Amino acid sequence: MKSGSLRNAFSGARSSLVALGSSIGGIFIALIICAGLLLITGKDPLRAYSKILETGLDGQKLLEMLKRATPLMLSATAVAVGFKLNLFNIGVEGQYLFAALIAAEMGTHVSLPAPVHVAFILLVAMVAGAAWASIAALLKVVRGVNEVISTIMLNFIALSFIQWLFENFFRDDSDGGLNVKTTVLARSARMPDLVAGRLNAMFLVALLVVAVYWVVIFKSRFGFQLRASGLNPNAARTSGIPAKRMAVTALLISGSIAGLVAMPYVLGEAFAYGPNATPTQLGFAGIAVALLGRNHPVGIIGAALLFGFLDSTSAELQLSGVPSSIVKVIQAIIVLTVVIVNEASMRMFNKRTAERTAAKLKTASFPI
Amino acid sequence: MMLRIVALFAKYRFAVLVIVPLSLMSGVRLWTGQDPLTSSDTVGSALRLAVPILLAGMAGLWAERCGVLNIGIEGMMILGTWFGGWGAWQFGAWAGLAFAVVGGMLGGLIHAVATVRFNIDQVISGVVLNLFAFFGVRYLSDLVFVGQQGGGVSQSPPQRSVISRVDVPFLSGGQVGGWKSPNILGWLEQRRWFLLGDIGGIGRGLTSNLSWASVIAVTLVPISAWILWRTRLGLRLRSSGESPHTAESLGVNVIRLRYFGLVVSGGFAGLAGGTLAIVASSYYRQGQTAGRGFIGLATMIFGNWRPSGVLAGAMLFGYAEGVKLVAAKSIPALFLFISIAALLLVIVAGVRKKRVRMLSLLTIFVLSGMAYLTVKTVPESLTQSVPYVVTLIILATTNQKLRAPAMAGVPYRRGDPH
Repeated sequence: MKSGSLRNAFSGARSSLVALGSSIGGIFIALIICAGLLLITGKDPLRAYSKILETGLDGQKLLEMLKRATPLMLSATAVAVGFKLNLFNIGVEGQYLFAALIAAEMGTHVSLPAPVHVAFILLVAMVAGAAWASIAALLKVVRGVNEVISTIMLNFIALSFIQWLFENFFRDDSDGGLNVKTTVLARSARMPDLVAGRLNAMFLVALLVVAVYWVVIFKSRFGFQLRASGLNPNAARTSGIPAKRMAVTALLISGSIAGLVAMPYVLGEAFAYGPNATPTQLGFAGIAVALLGRNHPVGIIGAALLFGFLDSTSAELQLSGVPSSIVKVIQAIIVLTVVIVNEASMRMFNKRTAERTAAKLKTASFPI
Repeated sequence: MMLRIVALFAKYRFAVLVIVPLSLMSGVRLWTGQDPLTSSDTVGSALRLAVPILLAGMAGLWAERCGVLNIGIEGMMILGTWFGGWGAWQFGAWAGLAFAVVGGMLGGLIHAVATVRFNIDQVISGVVLNLFAFFGVRYLSDLVFVGQQGGGVSQSPPQRSVISRVDVPFLSGGQVGGWKSPNILGWLEQRRWFLLGDIGGIGRGLTSNLSWASVIAVTLVPISAWILWRTRLGLRLRSSGESPHTAESLGVNVIRLRYFGLVVSGGFAGLAGGTLAIVASSYYRQGQTAGRGFIGLATMIFGNWRPSGVLAGAMLFGYAEGVKLVAAKSIPALFLFISIAALLLVIVAGVRKKRVRMLSLLTIFVLSGMAYLTVKTVPESLTQSVPYVVTLIILATTNQKLRAPAMAGVPYRRGDPH
């Protein structure tokens, strides 16, 4: 019994080694494919790659890497919560933009001492994100609408709903229409900087969220039920885990984490919501980061840092004559190859384990 | 008595389904004086706007019928717009369309390699493909279009030639060998009679000033239907979406068929992108697809994975968008139409004793009635979301009746236990 659980632990370690190895292998394959693309389009891949390394490893750029990794960690964690239940929350994009607008607006209507004000806005953002996600959750459990389709549709609905709210109610008109933002937040609502002007404390909040994700999903009873329902819905249901409640909870948690994605910008840079001051596409990038990090906390942080690293080099890359969009192309190809290599190597690993077990069973003598 | 009426309705279902809404629309038009509701302008632009959605929906249909979800339609369309814009700039409009199809097929092939060969999750592959296409064409634009006359990182130079347009002879006064034939539908439209005027307007909208690209796009629908439901290839293709293991056991090469289906799907999506860049516009522009790939996916779902359903759904979205674009002042009249139609359906549901449906229709009746009475102009930002809201409502209300291919979305590996 004891040796059995030990062996399981070994096999668990071995499978995560396989995962890590295949991820690194996938990244290399992606870099080779991109080198091919760069060659075809008449650019020198070695020069581009060395430029990326050279600029990215500079001290200032490493800070920018952390800054850019912050929203990615949050949105990837939001996506990962859904993934653990086999729910594909493509709607992080709409959830975080909606939350950013609502939180930035609500933050201007209260006056509180500094730490409480920031906490209040973060809380509002989480509630707003969860509220937007709750539409998809309700459609899923009441009417059985697939969350992939409903969250895609809700992304578009969110975009036009936000635009409508912003243009008609929340826009700050005090500057004679020049200011394309909500009213600027009070000083007490600003997230303190870790490194002045370079990195704010949302980075720590993001790390905290990932840590809580790890505790809740991998160490709590609820997390066990969630993962069990994701791995084998039928077995989970028969053992008494309520499937619908699990789906609703997972989507709400996912939405509330998604609500935080734009907070580094709302609380740390623009101090308001604005269509141009709040970056878009972070939800989709989060899907990529979650996939690359295999929904594991450590993996998510690593993948977010990798993406942040690549993103931080894009401006210099453009200056040196290579279009900066190649960075995003590299990211997309990395995700695709890593997912493919992971899939293939896990299949091979499982097959070998099965063969080995079968061989052992053959040689073992059973007392009949 | 009631039963006999219901039976009569069932017998002449098609006529009822066409004539009743049409007369209702005609009545609303005469009552409110909003002629643009069924004018040839509105219907013509509805058709133009419907074509890309229709093609995107067909792309989804081909993919899901062979058993693979295609969230990547938007990305394949983006590839279509870029390659279409590039080809039309370099060689002319028709060559541009061909390049658009090839670009889309390339996207379909990537999706096929990832999902069919390597068996990764089909939604994941689609999402990544969208990201890849969005930034990939930006990279290409930076290399090819920047520095050209009229080109830049987010748009291509204008196309070299345009695709010609045609009026159907006799119906809409097209040329027959240099002789100008009579314009019957146009004459009818100008009379503005009850029902006949609407038939004239709608008919003329569908038969005049047609781009040849639209003609080809619409004919691809019956051709697809024929291939998928009337040929051996189509039966095999659908069987690999419904029950791949059974198909394989009967000697069908599921893997190869899924490759084929996805490449065709990519071609349709590419053509959808191409029509956006070449017909609806005259150059490639970043963001030209504007989520139409996803609207296409939605039309496929509530078109119940059938070509005729996709066609109807695309026309519905095209019409909504066309009214918004050409006849924004008629939107309140459209609410009146929806409200009365909902009321009629409430009565039908009442006769059939469907209480839940009655309640939901009653809600629609009240809401759209209120909209008709209060709304003068609908804010542009909110009308953009109409197709998506409609899709959610339809998914939430009619979910039980829709039937997707049974094994769409399930990875298939030859010889795996099932």
